[in-house]
Amino acid sequence: MTPLLEVTGLRKAYGPTLAVDGVSFSLPPGGALGLVGESGSGKTTTARMLVGLERPDSGSISVLGRPLAPAVHGRAARLARAKAVQMVYQDPYLSLDARLTIGETLDGVLRLHGHHDRSARAARVREVLAQVGLGDREAAAHPRRLSGGQRQRAAIARALAVEPAVLVLDEAVSALDVSVQAQVLNLLTDVRREAGIGLVFVSHDLAVVRYVCDEALVLWQGRPVEHRPLPELLAGPEHPYTRLLLASVPHPGWDPGGIARRRRALSELVPGERPD
Amino acid sequence: MNASLLEVDGLTVELPGTARPVLDAVTLRVAAGEVVGLVGESGSGKSVTARAALGLLPPGARRAGRVLVGGEDVLGAGQGRLRALRAAEVSMVFQDPRAGINPVRRIGDFLTEPLRLTRRWNRRRAEERAVELLAAVGLPEPERQLRRYPHQLSGGMLQRVMIAGALAGEPRLLLCDEPTTALDVSTQAEILALLGRLQRERGLGLLLITHDVELAAATCDRVYVMYAGRIVERATAAELFGRPRHPYTIGLLGSTPPLTGPPARLRPVPGTPIGLDEAAPGCAFAVRCAFAQAGRCDQEVPALLPLVDGADGAGHAAACVRLAEIPSPAEEVRP
Ligand SMILES: Nc1ncnc2c1ncn2[C@@H]1O[C@H](COP(=O)(O)OP(=O)(O)OP(=O)(O)O)[C@@H](O)[C@H]1O
Ligand SMILES: Nc1ncnc2c1ncn2[C@@H]1O[C@H](COP(=O)(O)OP(=O)(O)OP(=O)(O)O)[C@@H](O)[C@H]1O
Ligand code: SF4
Ligand SMILES: [Mg+2]
Ligand SMILES: [Mg+2]
Repeated sequence: MTPLLEVTGLRKAYGPTLAVDGVSFSLPPGGALGLVGESGSGKTTTARMLVGLERPDSGSISVLGRPLAPAVHGRAARLARAKAVQMVYQDPYLSLDARLTIGETLDGVLRLHGHHDRSARAARVREVLAQVGLGDREAAAHPRRLSGGQRQRAAIARALAVEPAVLVLDEAVSALDVSVQAQVLNLLTDVRREAGIGLVFVSHDLAVVRYVCDEALVLWQGRPVEHRPLPELLAGPEHPYTRLLLASVPHPGWDPGGIARRRRALSELVPGERPD
Repeated sequence: MNASLLEVDGLTVELPGTARPVLDAVTLRVAAGEVVGLVGESGSGKSVTARAALGLLPPGARRAGRVLVGGEDVLGAGQGRLRALRAAEVSMVFQDPRAGINPVRRIGDFLTEPLRLTRRWNRRRAEERAVELLAAVGLPEPERQLRRYPHQLSGGMLQRVMIAGALAGEPRLLLCDEPTTALDVSTQAEILALLGRLQRERGLGLLLITHDVELAAATCDRVYVMYAGRIVERATAAELFGRPRHPYTIGLLGSTPPLTGPPARLRPVPGTPIGLDEAAPGCAFAVRCAFAQAGRCDQEVPALLPLVDGADGAGHAAACVRLAEIPSPAEEVRP
């Protein structure tokens, strides 16, 4: 079976900062990969390359066997790109137009993707918003007039409306309270199973990653240090950073000071040197 | 008991064109050296509450009740007084870091400007302080970060810059609105270690808005739970997570995906949160509550009442008319 997404040897540097180096993975239809790693380890940069917002220095990305063109020209190519990979950002303002209401934004997306019937569009807008727990008041509101979690759900709805092959979520559920988060997580597992949408899921929350994904890729200073099925990874983390990550999950008797010291010790290691 | 740094007293906020208040008689306090959690449904009014403590209300809002910071009413204060309070007494880490920073100014300007303006420090001194703050929040190469622009930093790095900025004026009260949502758990631990140190050494009072129930349980002294603009439960963290009493709190704890055990489908609280355009005659949670009873729950707004049965101790209160009949799932909720 052709993988939905095939990524090999991605690399991206910003001046002296090597943001991503040597990231490869493949995603089957309906597959879900978790991308975890500490702040600044290259997760967002990887995600941005997947949607074509950032051009890799080297490496390749193909969706359904077709290489993602480094640059897209023309409306048809742009639409095809949008249909291939959609991204929900850490910052919902990036997905939403501040001048439009949420309903207008979604309507615009549907119109762009060839839904011509006005009342069918309106029905679809309501349906997609309802999936993320938003109603008519939120549809009529501008992003600034919503709470943080409402904005984030609107951004998720916008991406889902396109019905992409692959959905990349960058800390997109982190700002949601757990009961709304649970609804969105269930929705994501449904779109995976039912529509075969592939997920690349960036999150710092290992419990959430375990719930949504089959396997996880752990990044440390831009490099993949561990890539394994989640049950294995959680039961026997190998890399010191993965171990620290597991120990850092808040729990009764949690000692943030001790974790902070371990984290600093780890970050003083020379990048590239395999710690142990 | 320590003097209150923050006292929100029966705060009600109404917006034009809505069916119910955004905040409805919200009462909460934060004492010096205390970490207080505020958890609750998306859209329940947590951010609006925290912003009110800075003297900020949504445009067009009508309000009743008081918000005292260090004993001073901020909602009645003039602009000059507010600026002074925000410079020395209270500061806030906002929920969306990118919305709170000017994208065309360097990180260094963002951090040093307030110090130079309000404390009249020279550039050198302000920069030294900025470097110190960035190191304290765990940013690598702090000197280099000062010269960078916001878009050159990752989300979590920027979030830490905002935290450094909020600490620059050495406030006595810090309002943190989801301060660690975009941070991996090890970086989050570093931030909380820093805040914990400030709390112990300087008596910093902290209002921590978070949806992360585990984090609130591990770090807070007391926790308030909000639903649809009201405080529906308040207790010490140990009490709240050990013996939650309000049906919404029970549902909230049950929605958290566990890190261990068989991965079963999550059971979120059914239904959707009630919008500002809907008003409920009684309990706002009734449409989603498994215990709701017609004739009781839809009659009047349940008051936040102290629990009287011995085990709940002082300070545990919940707003539900059927409390006595609802078993606390205690052990099933948190193994
Ligand atoms: N400036 C504003 N104008 C109008 N309505 C607003 C404004 N800010 C917030 N609201 C509304 O007030 C309600 C409470 O919002 P608030 O931001 O306090 O929620 P929250 O509890 O912080 O939620 P979240 O967890 O999603 O951040 C929401 O219904 C929101 O849509
Ligand atoms: N446009 C840019 N210019 C310069 N450096 C950049 C740029 N974008 C990212 N970087 C750097 O690349 C590195 C990786 O950043 P990235 O945003 O991918 O991290 P991340 O893993 O998403 O972190 P976080 O969890 O904090 O969001 C960081 O050191 C960051 O400063
Ligand atoms: S008052 Fe009634 S509807 Fe509200 S939480 Fe209690 S039982 Fe449920
Ligand atoms: Mg990121
Ligand atoms: Mg908020």
